[in-house]
Amino acid sequence: MQKLDTNQDIDTPEGIAISLSPVGPIVRAQAWMIDNLIFFGVMTVLGILTSFLGELGMGIYYVFLFFLYWFYPVFFEVLFNGSTPGKKAMNVRVLHIDGTPVSWAASINRNLLRTVDFLPLFYAIGFISMLLNNRFQRLGDVVAGTMVVYNPNQIVLPEIAEANAIAPAYPLAAEEQRAILNFAERLDNLSTERSDELASLTGPLLEKSTSPGQQLLSIANWINGRRT
Amino acid sequence: MRQEQFVAQHNEVWHQLSEWLRLNSMNSKDRHTSIKTNNLHWYKDFDFPSTYRQVCQHLALAKSRQYSQPLLDKIGNLVLAGHQQFYRPKTNLKEKFFSLLLVKLPQTIRQEWILITISSVLFMGSLIATLVAIQINPDLTYSIVDAGNVAQMEHMYRPDSHARASENRQADSDVYMFGYYIMNNTSIGLRTFASGLLFGIGSIFILLFNGLTIGTVAGHLTQLGYIETFWGFVSGHSAMELIAIIISGAAGLKLSAALLRPGQRSRLRALKENARIALVMMYGAAAMFFIAAFIEAFWSPRTFIPVNIKYAVGIFLWVVVIAYFSLVGRGKVLDET
Repeated sequence: MQKLDTNQDIDTPEGIAISLSPVGPIVRAQAWMIDNLIFFGVMTVLGILTSFLGELGMGIYYVFLFFLYWFYPVFFEVLFNGSTPGKKAMNVRVLHIDGTPVSWAASINRNLLRTVDFLPLFYAIGFISMLLNNRFQRLGDVVAGTMVVYNPNQIVLPEIAEANAIAPAYPLAAEEQRAILNFAERLDNLSTERSDELASLTGPLLEKSTSPGQQLLSIANWINGRRT
Repeated sequence: MRQEQFVAQHNEVWHQLSEWLRLNSMNSKDRHTSIKTNNLHWYKDFDFPSTYRQVCQHLALAKSRQYSQPLLDKIGNLVLAGHQQFYRPKTNLKEKFFSLLLVKLPQTIRQEWILITISSVLFMGSLIATLVAIQINPDLTYSIVDAGNVAQMEHMYRPDSHARASENRQADSDVYMFGYYIMNNTSIGLRTFASGLLFGIGSIFILLFNGLTIGTVAGHLTQLGYIETFWGFVSGHSAMELIAIIISGAAGLKLSAALLRPGQRSRLRALKENARIALVMMYGAAAMFFIAAFIEAFWSPRTFIPVNIKYAVGIFLWVVVIAYFSLVGRGKVLDET
C-alpha cells in the first residue's frame, strides 16, 4: 500500500507493530523557541539576582549558564518523559527509534551534537538532515538513535447510531463491510448533504431513496449484528 | 467476533491497564491519596507484564479482524504507553558511575590509543613547536596572536604586577574565575567533540587553534623571562586541562572515523557505535575540565605558595592522570547490558 502519512511503524518484542508519528521541523522549531525563551528568561532573572553578589554572583551565574546551556534539555528529556517544557507545550516528546523512553546517554549525545546541527546558522545542517530522513531526525538524533514524536491523542471510541437493521441486497466483501462501518462511525461529523453524497457512491447497493445516508446506516447496523 | 462485542469484552482490562499506568506515573504521595480516594486497592496486586502482553494480543487480533481505526488507535496508544513503561531504561546511576570511573573510562582511552595519539600530536605538537620556535624567533608571537592580547598577557604575568594582583584577590573573584573557567573551557571541550561530526575538520581546527595560541602565549612569556609567574600559575591545572582537551579531540575524531573509515559497517551504524564510545571519553574529559577549573581558580593564583611546590604538584598530577589512564581497570571485564 502506498504510504500517505509520515507514521513510523515500530516492531515491538511482543511481535506487534505500534505506530509513531514523527514531528516535522516547524513544530520542533516552535518547541525550541519556547525552550529558548525560558532559557533566556531564567538567565535574565538569575543575572539580576546574582548581580547583587558582585564577583561571587558572576561566578555562580557562569556555573548556572554552563549547566543550563548544555544540560537543560537533557534534564527534562530524561526525567520528564522525554519532554522539555517547550516540547510539552507542543505535545511532543523524544523517544529512541525503537519507541522506548530516551536514556541518559542518548539524551546527552543528541544535545551535545546540537552544536553541529546549529551550524552554519539557525539549524541549517539539522534542517537538511531532517528533510533527508523519514523520521525527521537532525544529526544529533541520527547519532543518538532518537526521534521526536507526537504524543498520542486521547481517543473516544465512536458509536454507531442505532437504526433499523436492514440486510444489504447482496452479500458484501469484508472490505466493503469495513468501509460501511467506518462511514457509520463518522456519520456524526458529517452534514446530512455530505453523508447522502458519500452514501450515494455505493451505487447499486442502495435503492433510490430520499436519504441514502440513513439507509446506509441501517445496513451498517445490520452488519454490526444488531438484527432483531 | 463483532467489534462491539470485542470492546465490551475487553474494555475492563484496557481501562485497568490505563489506570495502572496513570497511577504508576504519579509520585508516591499523589498515588497514595488517589488509591485511597478512588478505592483502587487492586493497584499493588496488578500483574502489569501479563496484562500488557494480553493487550498486545488484543491489538494483534483487532488488526487482523480489521476493526475500525479509532479502536486500533485506542489499543495502540495503550500498548505504546505500556511499552514505554516495560522497556524504560533502568539505570543505577551510582553503579554506573563507579564502573565508568574504575573500568570503562580508562579502558576506553587505552582502546582508542591511536586517536589519542593523533589528537596529542595535533595539540601538544603544535603547542610545543610554537613554544620552541618563539625562543628562536620572538617576533613570531605577533604573527599568531594579535598585539592587544599579547600586551594583556604580559600585563597579567609581569612579576611585579602579578604578585600584587594575586595577593589582593578576594575569595569572591576566585568563585568568579571558577565559573568562568567551567563555562568557557568545558564548552570548548564539548564543541571540540561535537564538531568532529564535520568529518573531523572542526576537531582538528580547534585542536590546532588552541595548541598554537597556548604555545604562543607560553613561548612569549617564557622568552620574556616571566618563568615563575607563568609556569607557576599553569603547572597545577595543566595536566587536567591539556589532557582533557586531547581526549575531547580524540572523541571528536572518533565520530569522524565513523564517517571516514566505517569499515564493514554502514556509516549510520558506525556513527551510532562510535558515538557511544566517544561519549564515554567525553564524560572523562568533562570531569577533568571541572577539576582543572577548580585548581585553576583556587590553587593556581595563590602566590604565597612556593613555586617549587607548585611545580611538584603539577608534575605529581601529570603522573597521577597518566597512571590512571594507563593502569586502572586492566584485565577487568564489565558485563554490558
